[in-house]
Amino acid sequence: MKNNWLIKGARVLDPANNFDAVRDLFIKSGTIADIGEEFSHDNVPVIDAHGLVLAPGFVDLHCHLREPGFEYKETIATGTRAAVRGGFTTVCSMANTDPVVDTPATVEFILEQARAAAAARVYPLAAVTQGFGGTQLVEMAMLAEAGAVAFSDDGMPVADARIMRHALEYSLLVDKPIVNHCEDPALAQGGVMNEGLTSLRLGLRGMPAEAEETMVARDALLARRTGAHIHIAHVSTQGGVEIIRGAKQAGIRITAEVTPHHLTLSDALVAGRRQAGAGSSLAYDTHAKVKPPLRTQADIDALIEGLNDGTLDAIATDHAPHSTTDKLCEYSEAESGISCLETAFSQVHQLVQDGRVPLQTLVSKLTTEPARVFGLPRGTLAVGAAADITLLDLEAAWDVDPEKFASKGKNTPIAGWTLPGRVAMTFVDGKLVHTADGYEQRGAQ
Amino acid sequence: MPLDRKDLLDLDDFSSDEIMLLLETTSAMAEILSRPIRRVPTLRGKTIVNMFYEASTRTRSSFELAAKNLSADLVNVSASQSSVDKGESLIDTMRTLQALGADMIVMRHWEAGAPYLAASWLDAAIINAGDGWHAHPSQALLDLFTVQERIGTIAGLKIVIAGDILHSRVARSNLWGFGKLGAQVVLCGPPTLLPRGLAEIAETESRITISYDLDEAIVDADVVMMLRLQRERMASGLLPSTREYCARFGLSRERMRRARPHALIMHPGPMNQGVEITPELAYSEQAVIEEQVTNGVAVRMAIFYLLASTPERLA
Amino acid sequence: MAAGKVLLQAEDIRRALLRIAHEIVEHNRGGKDIVLVGIQARGAPLAWRLAKSIEALEGVSVPVGRLDITLYRDDLEREHFRPNIRETQIPVDLSEKHVVLVDDVLYTGRTIRAAMDAVMDFGRPRTIQLAVLIDRGHRELPIRADYVGKNIPTSRLEEIELHLLETDGTDETILLPPQEDA
Repeated sequence: MKNNWLIKGARVLDPANNFDAVRDLFIKSGTIADIGEEFSHDNVPVIDAHGLVLAPGFVDLHCHLREPGFEYKETIATGTRAAVRGGFTTVCSMANTDPVVDTPATVEFILEQARAAAAARVYPLAAVTQGFGGTQLVEMAMLAEAGAVAFSDDGMPVADARIMRHALEYSLLVDKPIVNHCEDPALAQGGVMNEGLTSLRLGLRGMPAEAEETMVARDALLARRTGAHIHIAHVSTQGGVEIIRGAKQAGIRITAEVTPHHLTLSDALVAGRRQAGAGSSLAYDTHAKVKPPLRTQADIDALIEGLNDGTLDAIATDHAPHSTTDKLCEYSEAESGISCLETAFSQVHQLVQDGRVPLQTLVSKLTTEPARVFGLPRGTLAVGAAADITLLDLEAAWDVDPEKFASKGKNTPIAGWTLPGRVAMTFVDGKLVHTADGYEQRGAQ
Repeated sequence: MPLDRKDLLDLDDFSSDEIMLLLETTSAMAEILSRPIRRVPTLRGKTIVNMFYEASTRTRSSFELAAKNLSADLVNVSASQSSVDKGESLIDTMRTLQALGADMIVMRHWEAGAPYLAASWLDAAIINAGDGWHAHPSQALLDLFTVQERIGTIAGLKIVIAGDILHSRVARSNLWGFGKLGAQVVLCGPPTLLPRGLAEIAETESRITISYDLDEAIVDADVVMMLRLQRERMASGLLPSTREYCARFGLSRERMRRARPHALIMHPGPMNQGVEITPELAYSEQAVIEEQVTNGVAVRMAIFYLLASTPERLA
Repeated sequence: MAAGKVLLQAEDIRRALLRIAHEIVEHNRGGKDIVLVGIQARGAPLAWRLAKSIEALEGVSVPVGRLDITLYRDDLEREHFRPNIRETQIPVDLSEKHVVLVDDVLYTGRTIRAAMDAVMDFGRPRTIQLAVLIDRGHRELPIRADYVGKNIPTSRLEEIELHLLETDGTDETILLPPQEDA
């Protein structure tokens, strides 16, 4: 039988059903058939998962697969390979491709490519405005019918408040979220890193936290006005967290995500500071250049608090692969973004190790919560659900080596770092799509 | 003690001992400049490239003279003639220069951090001759040397750096330089030209203070360093007018009276006379602006010499 | 301070210098137009001592300079190079003068080569002469001293250390046995 497995002895962690106990899990024809104790089934391959955590496959609300248009940076095939290596079984692809995803045909193209070559499930986002021009709305209804799960001009925030208001209003027609990369273009003008002590030292033009905060506030107020669902992409500031928290308390339909790097890395990294033992580099490491920029420790603390108290709904990677030459240049000229799918889980697992985030919270922010935000039928271990599963070895530690990434993007500021916790195996639809080095023997009969 | 460094990028991570070695060596170089023949054979056979991506007469010719005084071969490359226009990347250009035999590359670039990129990819010594708003270490060293020569010490002095701090690499490098040698540094300017983050530094570093009031800041100062005000600051919404800037932050005879009687007036040049400083003061006895230029050559000789004899280079 | 064999006592050094002072005066027919230039570091105090002796002998005051030859060396790229530069001070124009270079130990001759180059940059002397307290042999260049305090044949592996009152608090010359890393 195809896609039948018996996974034995794992700590089954399913936040969607508030379940956390050592169990066996039976996968039949690609769906979760049963969860119980001491199963045995004849003729079903067994996986020894003692000592591992079995979680729903991770759901990423925000990643850049670059296809069509930037296949030299990433393709749907390579990006989803990276995803399953990182434990992600579902990825939502951003619309800033070439052409921009603003027609049903482009949505269909992406879904077609995904059917042909993807290792993980792909849900495309479409643009908010045509060609990211910021003026004319896309055909939301037709795009939603074609398969778009949300709308975003990611990277080119909708600057005109009136257009944003109308986008939110119009989104009620399809009841899908508008996702905004909050960055006031006038306040952020020319900024290449967080404005603060480090930008002062390095003489780089800073991007103030207020560039994000003012637009988060604006969007929250417009969502209140319209009753539409606004989703704030990659929150990076303390002020942003506070505004979202207040907006949620006021009953506004606002959700938000945060990236592994904003949860764990500060702007000091731009000045060349490194993890102890991982070697040092000179300042102006372009791999630490990302939008929104890495902020301060105070922001990191606020983001972690926001994750724990529910202000921030999901951890999303903002996986942004770039080619070597995109990063091998002057800091200000370099492209922004971090190739993140393959390190994401271990980066945030560090927060569990440090006692700052409970494991259950972390897993829910990677699974059931993001699925809820975009209304996707994923992120659960319910019996009858598709067997999208991630097996995690929380005891393992590994060294980040970008050359081993499946992603074409080798751009990470944490090359050489040792991270705690490893994705051991990943299943999509009951198909074993990834086995990490050293875990092959667990798949023995 | 040798200078154990491959490059000179900024003073922010220099120890006070390293800075003192540079100043002592500068002193020796200044003696050479007083000889009938101002040339020593020290760097014979070495090739130094001046790579200036940004126009500069003063700094470029100062490095050029320094190289020649040490008998190095010098090549001037200016960005307008080079392949920068053809879209050649910085790394490619630098690699070419190294392949052509450059032992040291003096680099001026409009972007902060550009010399760091070169330094991390090349074996040649990279000397930062000014990168964006970030750093201008040879300027800071010549300022330190000039003050040391004139006053005899730096520790305990009150140094006022006034004007457009935000966009000034000279201010940043001098902040570290004077700070490390034990001076009190007051950074004074309009709030829009004092970068965010400065307050944080001032909170943790008792030797650094911030002021919006030049009249107050200048009281009992030993050194007053005026920075150049670029005219485009008005257009970009940072300042209302030259008139108001002059009234609050221009250095006049009257303001200067509040400083110590023999306080020095410095300016990294080029000056906007009538804006940040009156012509009368710029050419007064207290002004050491021309001395700064002369000392610049000695400082740059010291930099070349110490980087050429650094252990890493000899290995 | 490593233990070694004392080659010259304070008294030996005093006598050697006095003899050299006599020879300089004799060779140059008096003290006129002589400039003593001590090579940093230990040649400088020796030059002062010689100047005092000549003054006592001839009743003329001899200008004394000191010269640091670091920037003229040919071993910038070699190990153990110390970049610290000592003071150079030449009190008079050296043109048409009899310049007597003074150094403690004459060995390979490279220091003297560098010193001659340096002196030339201060003018065109009528002659350049060389006075050393010790000649230990092993020349690598065609250079010889005009005035020698004492010839001491050595092995290349040995080291000679000269201590002077002015720099080290005592006058003596010590021969050090071969060093491990020599």
